Amino acid sequence: MSDVANDPRDRGGAGTPLLDVRGLVKHFGGKGGLFGKPSGVVRAVDGVDFSVAKGETLGIVGESGCGKSTTARLVMQIIKPDAGDILFDGEKVGSAALDLKAFRRQVQMVFQDSYASLNPRLTVEDTVAFGPRIHGASASASIAKAHDLLHRVGLEPRRFAGRYPHEISGGQRQRVNIARALSLDPRLLILDEAVSALDKSVEAQVLNLLLDLKRDFGLTYMFITHDLNVVRFMSDRIMVMYLGKVAEVGPSEPIFEKPGHPYTAALLSSMPSMDPDNLTEEAPLTGDPPNPIDPPSGCRFHPRCRMASALCSHAEPDLAEASPQHLAACHLVDPQSGHPRLAAA
Amino acid sequence: MNSTLPPIVEAKDLTVDFAAGRGMIRAVCGVDLSLKPGETLALLGESGSGKSVTLRALMRLHPKSAKIGGGIRVDGEDVLALSPSALRAYRGKTVSMIFQDPGLAFDPVYRIGDQIAETVMRHEGVSRAEGRRRGLELFERVRIPSPERRLDNFPHEMSGGMRQRAMIALALACRPKVLLADEPTTALDATVQIQVLLLLRELQREFGLAIVFVTHDIGVAVEIADRIAVMYAGRIVEGGSVRDVIGNPAHPYTRGLLASRAHGTLGKDERLKAIPGSPPDLAAPPPGCAFGPRCESFIDRCAADIPGNLVIGEGHAARCFRAGGANEMAPQLS
Repeated sequence: MSDVANDPRDRGGAGTPLLDVRGLVKHFGGKGGLFGKPSGVVRAVDGVDFSVAKGETLGIVGESGCGKSTTARLVMQIIKPDAGDILFDGEKVGSAALDLKAFRRQVQMVFQDSYASLNPRLTVEDTVAFGPRIHGASASASIAKAHDLLHRVGLEPRRFAGRYPHEISGGQRQRVNIARALSLDPRLLILDEAVSALDKSVEAQVLNLLLDLKRDFGLTYMFITHDLNVVRFMSDRIMVMYLGKVAEVGPSEPIFEKPGHPYTAALLSSMPSMDPDNLTEEAPLTGDPPNPIDPPSGCRFHPRCRMASALCSHAEPDLAEASPQHLAACHLVDPQSGHPRLAAA
Repeated sequence: MNSTLPPIVEAKDLTVDFAAGRGMIRAVCGVDLSLKPGETLALLGESGSGKSVTLRALMRLHPKSAKIGGGIRVDGEDVLALSPSALRAYRGKTVSMIFQDPGLAFDPVYRIGDQIAETVMRHEGVSRAEGRRRGLELFERVRIPSPERRLDNFPHEMSGGMRQRAMIALALACRPKVLLADEPTTALDATVQIQVLLLLRELQREFGLAIVFVTHDIGVAVEIADRIAVMYAGRIVEGGSVRDVIGNPAHPYTRGLLASRAHGTLGKDERLKAIPGSPPDLAAPPPGCAFGPRCESFIDRCAADIPGNLVIGEGHAARCFRAGGANEMAPQLS
């Protein structure tokens, strides 16, 4: 096993998180909309703090519009944040100590659509060898690296190296994407719904592959998904997002066993039952997730929350400790908040 | 459920062939289905298993170049023999369908209320006002908030979950006897998906609908269905009550699907029991059992013959020579 702490690129030591995100904000639109009509501001990510320790997997879950993919794109610097800092191994991204190219070498991303993420005119081998070539490796070294990686992701180079993306299956294409992401020896891999489009029988293979690669290459993962079973299986810690904010974050087991935020609890009980004698009788939430253009005041979840009180509609809860290392942004978790249900208990 | 009722949907030895390049691809090869009024059957399978193709064949939605073989009877009618005008009356009146993407089911330039009214007018010859009234009634029934105002919405003005409810309202506008559902909750968020599943369960009870529900998600099938038919490479490889198929899976593919799921009781650093390989290319299917090359119970016979339907228990059957550990000489159906 490659030891994360003994990585020669390590600067901050084991105590420094590999990724530290502070006060991240991204709003879209707001100026002129279609035909000059004023459009609303989409508060896609609205003040998000989190960190990813070296060697861990942080799972990010939430429904559409919660900002999980925008967060990934901001970390990747595919889009520029409006505010907030991203620190990688203690160094600010974009600073003199860590410029964008050096950062991007160490952080790679795998997307949901395996076909759209590949250049249809490049063979599998050229796709994987492309990154090392751009970053200065010789042609023969790049190809050798590509063959090694294809082998590692379970695609025999002799059979697959010369094929084009349309000639292989979805599961195989996603393996190519993973091999390409690894071609620059990154330290952090961001997986944005990377297995969601795969058939269930293939999904399990790719999840196992990701576990193996993480161990063999000493990787750190940010794993974004809407599938709660998958996130529980993959993650050490989980962050639940709702309308551009962090609703809850902490180690996976307490989050699944004793969620601190009513939204997490609702999300968990929305999972279809696997027991025909114990079917879901009542939907835990009514209505759709609200629009991030005009988020509710106070706690953004309060219009859908069964526990909501007058306090929740005007005061926004901060993250408070629900159990050790486990934070939830709910007034019920903070004994000092004055939520009426606390007094009743 | 009344077991003496005759089936409302019956397909016998259904085949669907598509022209592809120089040859034909057989997407569905010999599917038998039988569904009673008020019953829900889930067709469970992965992409390319033929589940959606089977569903579309029940409504004859395939292009003319596709060849449908075998027999389909729905509510006493021979669906494959329907004339074009009889087919138009059949679609929407006897059988209607809901899709994964409600955006495609609605015309984007007409108000949703008008589209529902038009459907009712076309099938029942009523006035526009009566059609609108039906629309309002259905919007209330599928619990769309402020239904009166929402009838005047264009499709893009609704959220995904609400559009899905509106599509269900449209599908039920002419009180069909059979509802065909093609992954209607797959694109929805988890908290919305469970709402739509519960709504469908409720409507089914109320209208006595028979539902054929196509999905790739076992959990969804368990929530919605009475019976499950597991499809693989164009065939139903296992069929039975939800309890039998989930609790006592007989086909190695069904067992593999259940075992490969990530679930809560897995320990840290445990690996998933994945099924090796990938689904076959329908243009060049393997000889014998299509699952053979991926199967852990493979025996030589699997590459030579296509297994027949082996009865495991009452209403529970699987296409596997070694189903449920039964001996290979056990009596076979069909």
